[in-house]
Order: sequence, then structure tokens, then C-alpha cells
Amino acid sequence: MTANAPSDPDQAVVVAGVGMTPVGEHWDVSLRQLALRAIERAQQDAGGLQPQALYVGNMFAPALSSQTHLGALIADYIGQRGIEAASFEAAGASGGVAFRQGYLALLSGEVDCVLVVGVEKVTDRTGPLVDAAIAMSVDADFEAVQGLTPAAQAALLMRRYLLESGAPADALAPFPLQAHQHAVTNPYAIYRRAISWTDYRQAAPVSPPVGQLDAAPMADGAAALVLTRRALLPRIDARPPVAVTGSAVATAPVALHDQPDPLAMPAGSLSFQRALAQAGATPDDLDLFELHDLFSIQAALSLEAAGLSPRGQAWKLAGEGVFGREGRLPILTFGGSKARGDAGGATGAYQLVELTLQLQGRAGENQVPGARVGAAQCIGGAGATVATHVLSRMEA
Amino acid sequence: MEVSRHWRLRQQRYSLVGEVCPHCQVKIFPPRDVCPDCGQEARTAYAFSGRGEVYSFTTVYTPPAGYEETAPYTVALVRLAEGPLVTAQLTDLGDQAVEIGMPVEMVTRRLRSDGERGMLVYGYKFRPLLAA
Repeated sequence: MTANAPSDPDQAVVVAGVGMTPVGEHWDVSLRQLALRAIERAQQDAGGLQPQALYVGNMFAPALSSQTHLGALIADYIGQRGIEAASFEAAGASGGVAFRQGYLALLSGEVDCVLVVGVEKVTDRTGPLVDAAIAMSVDADFEAVQGLTPAAQAALLMRRYLLESGAPADALAPFPLQAHQHAVTNPYAIYRRAISWTDYRQAAPVSPPVGQLDAAPMADGAAALVLTRRALLPRIDARPPVAVTGSAVATAPVALHDQPDPLAMPAGSLSFQRALAQAGATPDDLDLFELHDLFSIQAALSLEAAGLSPRGQAWKLAGEGVFGREGRLPILTFGGSKARGDAGGATGAYQLVELTLQLQGRAGENQVPGARVGAAQCIGGAGATVATHVLSRMEA
Repeated sequence: MEVSRHWRLRQQRYSLVGEVCPHCQVKIFPPRDVCPDCGQEARTAYAFSGRGEVYSFTTVYTPPAGYEETAPYTVALVRLAEGPLVTAQLTDLGDQAVEIGMPVEMVTRRLRSDGERGMLVYGYKFRPLLAA
């Protein structure tokens, strides 16, 4: 445990309530309305705690909604005029970064209750404009100018990975297959259907070797969490409190070509190790790991960077069922980005909501039996920002 | 139109001018003025040879705005002979299949266009190395 983490359990930062909207095409709902829906549910879940600060995770609003200033916009819209509010952007890691700001604010003692919301409105634009907005997270001067997209970036990594690990062309199929299997029972998922090996092998190419079933669908969604300290938590039935026991954000070069070893994802290793060390946990202590499978190659690189698989072997372990819901270390337990859907900068918030539900035994048919400690990790770009959090169930 | 943004990078786009670190001799592209290896100041200009080999590659079928004209196109990570990786499109491929390890050389081509009245952005691409 680091000097910062409180040793008094009453001072531990805890998740008081969670809420989310389904990930999907919400044609009738705006950015601010999506945020409100998730926040209303989270506040109700938290027994009416009053937030003193609102931290928003979002990456697309400036490009796709012509809207900045989301902190004030959403604080006003949800009926919390006057509170502190700001938005945090770190591409696909925005949600995890916003959550960490909430955690830090509570640790500082400046505030007693924080609202964190990840929100994205993607479907108001279509075609090349959306692709251009998505491509804004790569290096504009030296990557995007060459027509590189995040899917192409993932493809560069995937082709190199398959070569270096000597893996067959369909080696990464277990990740999307498992994600889709898990999403069947998730009412918030965009794709609630299983896929087969044949589906995977026959999928249309996006950027080869990345195929359609390697790439997560980008869609609208919002997920919210109310954070407070244990001593201030209202007593709600017999629900066990869930504490934030580890929190870390690490960075690496935005441009893939600036990374000395592009397959190593050093920010993944750093943030994972720091978060686990803070929690006083080892990888064996984890009952589940919600990772960010925006592309299936990211799932493999994330597991290998965390040391949860030897390098070049994660695809093999996945094929053996190690990461299934009944496996040694379940991942993507609600379908991950591939099948729950990827709401850009909201992803980190979705993962943390899902992890909280797992640790409180509220995950329904998606429950990992007896889950007590878990990690959630969201990734911005090709591993340029990685946020990892460890959540632990406390004694009720 | 971002005219100054592209003009500023003309040395890199047209001539692959990067830097060499005077302290640890590492070659740097794109230039960044602070050596990523030893952390010291590195502002000595260094022109790369333009030779390299394909480290990885893919094809873009759904291009972002500004790149529709040339899609589908091949984009690669090229390992320059002097060490750094660079992201660049491959061009002049004809019927030639691309492979990891394939030798390539830098050429100047149009990168993007912003409509009839917009700016044309030129810069480096790489083509298969022509036999001497």
C-alpha cells in the first residue's frame, strides 16, 4: 500500500452507486440526455448522495457534436448548477482518467462525493466524418496525414504480432467469440448474439488482417458512478461496499512509430503494475479483469503487457478457455467493447460499472461466482494512455 | 486549410530531415528536439537516406475525410536504414505483393486533397526499392 492510500477503512474511496444506458444507436437521445439517463440511475443507486464535483470522460464531442465545455453543460442539465465540473480527454482512456480524477479529489479531502460520467454521442454523423474524428487520436502530423486510422494502426500491430508469435491467421478469434458469448445475457449490450469460428473466418476485412469481427462497433452510450468515502456511504440493503484500492494512469508515445517496441504496450505494464502494487495485490488475487478490446489484438497485448500471459501466447491461453467466465481469469464478462459496444471515452466508465456489479454480486446471469477483487483497464490509442483501476469488495 | 501547419513540416515531408542526438548519436525521426533515448537536447539536423524495409503493413478500405480519392491504399511502418520507424503509405506497387522485410525507398507524392478549392498536401511515401 502506498502512502496515499488510506489505511483507515472508513476513509477508503468507495463506489456508492452505478448506472448506465445500453450501448447503441440512440437516435432520439442527445449527448446531454444520455449523460442524464446514466447519472439519474447512478444517483438513485447511491441513495441520493449529493455530488460536489462532476468529472466527465469524453473524446468525440468536439468533433462529432461541435460541443466542448461538457462539465458545465452536463452539470447544469442534470440539475446540479454551481458544482465543480470539468471534462477529461485521453482518447479511449478518457473514462478511466475521469474516474481517477474523482478518486484523487476524494483522497485529497477537498470533496466528499464525486459524480463520474463517461458519455459519447457518435451516431449524429456518418461516414468519412466519423472516420476522421476517430483518426484524431493518432498523431496528426505524422500518422493521420498518411491516411492512418486506428483500425489500420491495430492492423499494423496485429500483422506483426501474428508473425512474431508464429500464430495462425485466426489466432485472435477466441477474444471476439468470448465477448459475443458473454454479451448474450447483457441487456445493455449492442450485440446480444454469439458468433462462430466460421463467422470469424468469413468476416469482411476492415484493414487486413483486422476483420469486421476483430473491430468493436463504435456507438452511443453513457455510464456513471457515484464515489464517496466509506464513512459517508448510506446503508443500502446488504450490499457490500466496493473500494477503489488501486488507481494508475501511464503514458507512452501517441505515434506507433515512436514506440521502441510497438508490441510491448509499456503504458499497459506500468499502469497495471502500479495499480496492483497500490492494492497490495498480485495477479493471482484477481477474480476478473475487464480489459479494453477495441480491436482483438488489444486484448492480447493488454494481457501480455500486464504479465498475465507470456509474450506472444495470450491467443493460445484464450483458445484454452483461460479467460472465459468459468476460466482462471475471466475477461470481457459483459461482452467487452466488441459485443457490449464501444462508446469511445465512456468505455472506462462502463468497465468500472460492470466491475462494481460483479464485486457486489449484482451481475445477474453474467456473474463471476464469488468475485472479490478485480481490475479494469481502458486504453487510449495504440497504448498511448492506459488507465488501470483495482476494485475490492469490503466487509459489509 | 492549415497552410502553415503543413508548410512548417516541409523539411520532413519532402526531405526526411530528422535529428541526430549529439550526446548518444541516436538518429531521430520525426524531429522532437529532446532525445527520446537519453533525454538530452538534440537539435542537430540529420537527413535520412530514404532507404528502409517494411516492418508491418495494411490496407485502408474506409478512409477518413480527405483520403477518399486514393482508397484503398496501403499504409506501412517502415524501418529506416538508420534505425527509426516511420508511418507512410506504400506506392508504385503495381502487381507486387507487399511483404514484411521488403526493401523500400522514399519518394514524394500527393498525400491528401481537400476538394477543388482546397490545399493539396504533398509528402513522403515509399515504393519498392528499384534495382540499381
